[in-house]
Amino acid sequence: MNASSLAKAVIDGILTGGVYALMAAGLTLIFGVMDIINIAQGALIVLGAYMSYVLSVHLGIDLFAGLLITIPAFFVLGVFIEWAFMRRLRDQERTAMSILVTYAVAIIIEGVLSVIFGVDYVQLQASYVNSTLHILGFYLPYIYVFGFLLAIALIGVLYYILYRTHFGRGVRGSLQNRSAAELIGVNVNRVRAVSVGIGVSVTAAGGMVFGATNSFTPSSGYDLISRLLSIVVLAGLGSIGGALIAAIFMVTLEDVVAVVWSPVWATLVYYASLIVVLSFMPNGLFGKAAVRAQ
Amino acid sequence: MTRSRRRALIVAAVAAVAAVLAGCGGSGSSSSASSASSSSASGSATSSAASKTPITIGASLSLSGDFASDGQAFEKGYQLWANDINAAGGLMGHPVKLDIVSDASSPSQVVTNYTKLISSDHDQLVFGPFSTLLTVPSSKVVNRYGYAFVEGAGGAPAAFGNGLKNIFDVSLPVIDNLIPFAHWLATLPASERPATAAVATSDDPFTQPQFPAAVKILQNAGIKIVYNKVFPAEVTDYTPIATAVASTKAQAFLLGSVDVPTVSAFIHTFIQQHYNPKAFIATAGPDQGAAFLKAIGGASNAEGVMVPNGWFPGYPNAASQKMVSEYVAKYGGTPSDVNADVAEAYSVGQVVAQAVNATHSLDNAKIIAYLHSGVTLNSVQGPVKFDSLGENGAAAAFAFQWQKAVLEQVLPAGATGSKPVEYPKPNWGS
Repeated sequence: MNASSLAKAVIDGILTGGVYALMAAGLTLIFGVMDIINIAQGALIVLGAYMSYVLSVHLGIDLFAGLLITIPAFFVLGVFIEWAFMRRLRDQERTAMSILVTYAVAIIIEGVLSVIFGVDYVQLQASYVNSTLHILGFYLPYIYVFGFLLAIALIGVLYYILYRTHFGRGVRGSLQNRSAAELIGVNVNRVRAVSVGIGVSVTAAGGMVFGATNSFTPSSGYDLISRLLSIVVLAGLGSIGGALIAAIFMVTLEDVVAVVWSPVWATLVYYASLIVVLSFMPNGLFGKAAVRAQ
Repeated sequence: MTRSRRRALIVAAVAAVAAVLAGCGGSGSSSSASSASSSSASGSATSSAASKTPITIGASLSLSGDFASDGQAFEKGYQLWANDINAAGGLMGHPVKLDIVSDASSPSQVVTNYTKLISSDHDQLVFGPFSTLLTVPSSKVVNRYGYAFVEGAGGAPAAFGNGLKNIFDVSLPVIDNLIPFAHWLATLPASERPATAAVATSDDPFTQPQFPAAVKILQNAGIKIVYNKVFPAEVTDYTPIATAVASTKAQAFLLGSVDVPTVSAFIHTFIQQHYNPKAFIATAGPDQGAAFLKAIGGASNAEGVMVPNGWFPGYPNAASQKMVSEYVAKYGGTPSDVNADVAEAYSVGQVVAQAVNATHSLDNAKIIAYLHSGVTLNSVQGPVKFDSLGENGAAAAFAFQWQKAVLEQVLPAGATGSKPVEYPKPNWGS
């Protein structure tokens, strides 16, 4: 192991961390808004990957251009999921029951995808998937660079919507006190539906980048969910900016351990670091209370 | 209609849709293949068999989860065999009915499934699941009931180290998988032989046992192992490991993989890092035909990639060719799309059928004794002869290589059907 390998591991960790943040952003937003743990996030990512696959293979639409179709489509899907499954959960049992309900959503998505696409692995292909940017002796895959930039852009947009717009104030108001928000005219149901729609629409982008960097099948989402949950827990459930920082921290740490020490220990260190941080900061790096008060 | 009633109806409807979809997707469902009537052959033996009580054979397969692709290929192999045996008059004159349940690739579910198949469904015989990972726990519970456990994808030493007398693997013992490749590299002229090699393997009972013997052969030939690491089976990001391998610039690379995504991730990273080893072999993944090509971006990226195995679609065996033709006729595609899982599953059926016919019995104790008798049986993968552990000592080890979009047999060099190895492997995409 030399300094070059270490530097490459750090760079890979940062770029890959951005991709994971993109996949986790919707998860943390939906929890922040509704106290719902969306176990279907992994399945939604895979659904996004398959939608990009269909647009790319059958209609010849570029992966990034295809987001102009998949993101709005996912927004509608998110609003539907909120209306059909999440709105009906009672407040006092919302978080616990959401795990079961969204798991059912994941099974439905997996079942539909299995019927349509079968179980053979596929991967999104484009000229920039395997081509690289050569900088200072390092080969940086364009797909990771573009994915990272997309993550920064979309997370920035989410942050702006939540903290710099009238709608965002409504979202945060309904989080702090639903009754008070309704009394001053906030349509809480609409705010929640739109918030879930936004969260799911971002997942479409995460799904595209995931599909371009990994082979996937309809059941690939289950491998992702534990990793994504660990990122949003470390960030502090509901913190969108924190998800980016936590994802970069966790994935970089894992990559460095894999290169410097051993891949076998990388996963252990990944989760051990989560335990250590939570021991000192039980609400994560950017706890929910702090997030809602911003 | 009250609000609560409407909500209950919606929940029930969603549950029903989920159940239907799960069934269609093959997850957690059971299926059967009593296909005497659907077979093209409809002689008097067939109709006679169809009128008798069916013999039910249970199997747990990974129809969803990590091994879904392999599990569904296994299901096709079992069903092709069932179709053929029924068309030929059945087993001892009785039609065969398969009782297949999904284990979702879970080692705990597979135990539950075999317990159910034997103690609740009262299936007369059982066939094995996919992978050593699932064979090891299920073999113990099947042994508890005294059933013969003939399987096609549990060939790692871990499956044979439990002192069980009921387990029989019809395929090549995995410990021998990489030997032809290692011998071939070691015997290359010194000027062509790689000076360095890298090894990365998944922490899996199927992959790890393949490497010690192969690495020893390479080292004895003076090939320096510059990277030799194990990675967890549940890795989601292979980039750092593949990048570390690429940075060694090893001239040969041996990958211990169990599926397509692992190989695909390494190949994509190698392309991105402009790393072109002269020889590249992966223990599983490249044998998955069209699914492999689709995942790695086409045949140009597969050119020169090798995989060890005991069977390939062009295997020069009449029964194998017939099975491949039937597969293509039933499921479509080309012979290259038929992966080794299908042949492994089909072989299980063939071996069990020969044992049942020889003993004229469904008594599992008699079947076990017969399979341990040293008799040589036939299968689409070639001869099958079980040693005292239940491993197939007659299986031949081959290595295959992707050459111009076709998976060709290349090793052992000079063996019947072997083509010359494409060496050095061309650069990616060329």
